[in-house]
Amino acid sequence: MSKTEPTLAKRSSRAAAPERTLDTRDVLPAIAAVTGAICVATLSWATLGWHSVPGVTIVTLAVFVAILTAAEFVREEPPPTVDVAAVEREELTPPPLTVVREPEEAWSPETDRPRRRRAFRGVDLAEGLVAALSGLAVAELVRVVIRMQSLVGFAIWWYAAFLVAYFLLVRDRSNVEAAVDRVITVLVWSVGLLVTSVLVWMVAFVVAKGLPRLSWHFFTEDLSTVGPLTPGGGGKHALIGTLEQVGIATIMVVPIAILTAVYLHEINGRLARPIRFITDALSGLPSIVAGLLIFTVVVQGHGFSGFAAALALGVLMLPTVTRASEEILRTVPDTLREGSLALGAPRWRLVRSVVLPTAVAGLVTAAILGIARAIGETAPMLLTAFGSDTTNTSPTNGPQSDLPLMVWKLIREPVDAQQQRAWTGALVLVMFVFLLFVAARYIAGRNERRLRRAS
Amino acid sequence: MTALTTPNTRPITTAAADGTLHAAPIATTDLSAWFGKRKVLERCSLRMEQRQVTALIGPSGCGKSTFLRILNRLHEVVAGAQISGRVELDGVDIYGNDLSATEIRTRIGMVFQKPNPFPAMSIGENVLAGLKLSRRTTSDKDALVEECLVRAGLWSEVKDRLKEGGMTLSGGQQQRLCIARALAVRPQVLLLDEPCSALDPISTRVVEETVRELASDVTIVIVTHNMQQAARVSERCAFFLVEEFGEPGRIVEAGETKKMFDSPEDERTLAYVTGAFG
Repeated sequence: MSKTEPTLAKRSSRAAAPERTLDTRDVLPAIAAVTGAICVATLSWATLGWHSVPGVTIVTLAVFVAILTAAEFVREEPPPTVDVAAVEREELTPPPLTVVREPEEAWSPETDRPRRRRAFRGVDLAEGLVAALSGLAVAELVRVVIRMQSLVGFAIWWYAAFLVAYFLLVRDRSNVEAAVDRVITVLVWSVGLLVTSVLVWMVAFVVAKGLPRLSWHFFTEDLSTVGPLTPGGGGKHALIGTLEQVGIATIMVVPIAILTAVYLHEINGRLARPIRFITDALSGLPSIVAGLLIFTVVVQGHGFSGFAAALALGVLMLPTVTRASEEILRTVPDTLREGSLALGAPRWRLVRSVVLPTAVAGLVTAAILGIARAIGETAPMLLTAFGSDTTNTSPTNGPQSDLPLMVWKLIREPVDAQQQRAWTGALVLVMFVFLLFVAARYIAGRNERRLRRAS
Repeated sequence: MTALTTPNTRPITTAAADGTLHAAPIATTDLSAWFGKRKVLERCSLRMEQRQVTALIGPSGCGKSTFLRILNRLHEVVAGAQISGRVELDGVDIYGNDLSATEIRTRIGMVFQKPNPFPAMSIGENVLAGLKLSRRTTSDKDALVEECLVRAGLWSEVKDRLKEGGMTLSGGQQQRLCIARALAVRPQVLLLDEPCSALDPISTRVVEETVRELASDVTIVIVTHNMQQAARVSERCAFFLVEEFGEPGRIVEAGETKKMFDSPEDERTLAYVTGAFG
């Protein structure tokens, strides 16, 4: 190696190894070897039709080793000289920090700009690319050898090989700790990316399926006026049902949940522990059980109705909103409570004027969490709202539909127009939750903005 | 003496209209305190004079803060906290059966170690928070805000930004906002629990000056770890000490600050004020 990049030399307990840096001459032979090997393997397997796994493997490996050896032979590298005394000195004294000096300029107001620290340099990119390439090569090799059909398997092999290659490359340039750090970073990044992309993909899927038929007619016509073969329209009754059922459930549940949370955290009376226990147990209640409960208690006496559905949803929402609200109240510092008490506040005033206003944004999130839990429920709705094709604006009188019920009903019909209507219903459901979330955050943030805007 | 037994619901007027403010002495007699079964204070008798600053000094964990919190009945908020003995505000036992804790706390204000402005309120609303919380009224809110902020030494810094959030202020300003908030309910006594321990030296000086100025209107009791601070701000001083680990804290010596620092009667006080321990 003719050119040595300055690096933070590592303190090694072993004999001092010559400083190793990543160099194109390290990388090119590797790529050449892997590519050559794959070419040979694919050629002999697919083109020449030599279907012997051990045979192809041996030939491939042989080509691989041959190219690497040839590359090594071409390279000229001076033998490392080891100075034993220097090694011992190095053990005792920390190695000097070597950095690339930037040309020093005389100070002037124009040149006084913030120093840019480049966290990501060309070498890092090269490392990542090389690792990705070699991962690809390994995956291709595995695919050829074990005749893998699945794309998912290929991706997993590629990713595992990529991580290993990346680890080795970074380790060679710095040390093991740095390499582990980088690999973990890449791992965390890619998991986050994976989750995000799955979510985006799901939403995009619903949008792609539902958007083409989404028009004003969806909100103005119900299923009784739209024929099964007519594309588009037909969601009015379901949207009205969802709004009423979820709305009633929210209006009933949120005050109760917040008051319960206040009892659990602010008063923390003798019943707090049993209530908390029951709430936790209830939050795992299967939704069909809530439906059955309301079916037995309400529907069998008074018939199907949107209100019965709201009751079932309420049973499902209550534990979620209660526990989430309690966690939010926990985040309000006790110093604020002491401060209010010291001003002569009775407990309920302290809760109303200090604790709840401080926690309002979080409490809104807690309510949204409950609504999100309830809005997509289908099973309990079958037992309580029952569903209908006509618009029923009265939540207390007779069967009512809602968006999940409509989706559930239409998606099973063997007619294209009906299935597309179901997708549009799903899209409207997603959009509704999203709009609700944005609106609620906006309202909850009003006070915070008021206090900030004045500046 | 009878004034205390009627609820303090009269409207708050500005200082100019009110004339002099109603400072009152507060005194404890044979005060002991427990957390559950653990006794943390024993037989503390101390008289804190009106229009004076009394400093409570002593090493950590000797019960100074507990003593302070007993004075405005904040001690009883903690589960398992109990006391014996008497605490008298202007000769009336504040732990008497007829009196509510909230009533007592409007008369005996408190400022805490960590500044705690209410984050959901603006600076002006923070000052008025005590009125809202204790359900009292005032004829001129703006005048009250200005007066309290002036007395807390914060007015000139915040007069153009009263609508901003209380959390936008620096630590020292937040603490003075808390002092203004405590003053707005017109307390007869103001308790300060290490008010400067989270502040830089300049903010500390401003708060100390504020405390000195307030002393002409209200009785002030201040807990401090800082000997120089005690010497600078207080007329009288009480030295608390836990003699052996596990024992309750006691008042070793109390008296005029100058005497406590120059020629204390007890050798433990001398050792503490000269920095030999603690």
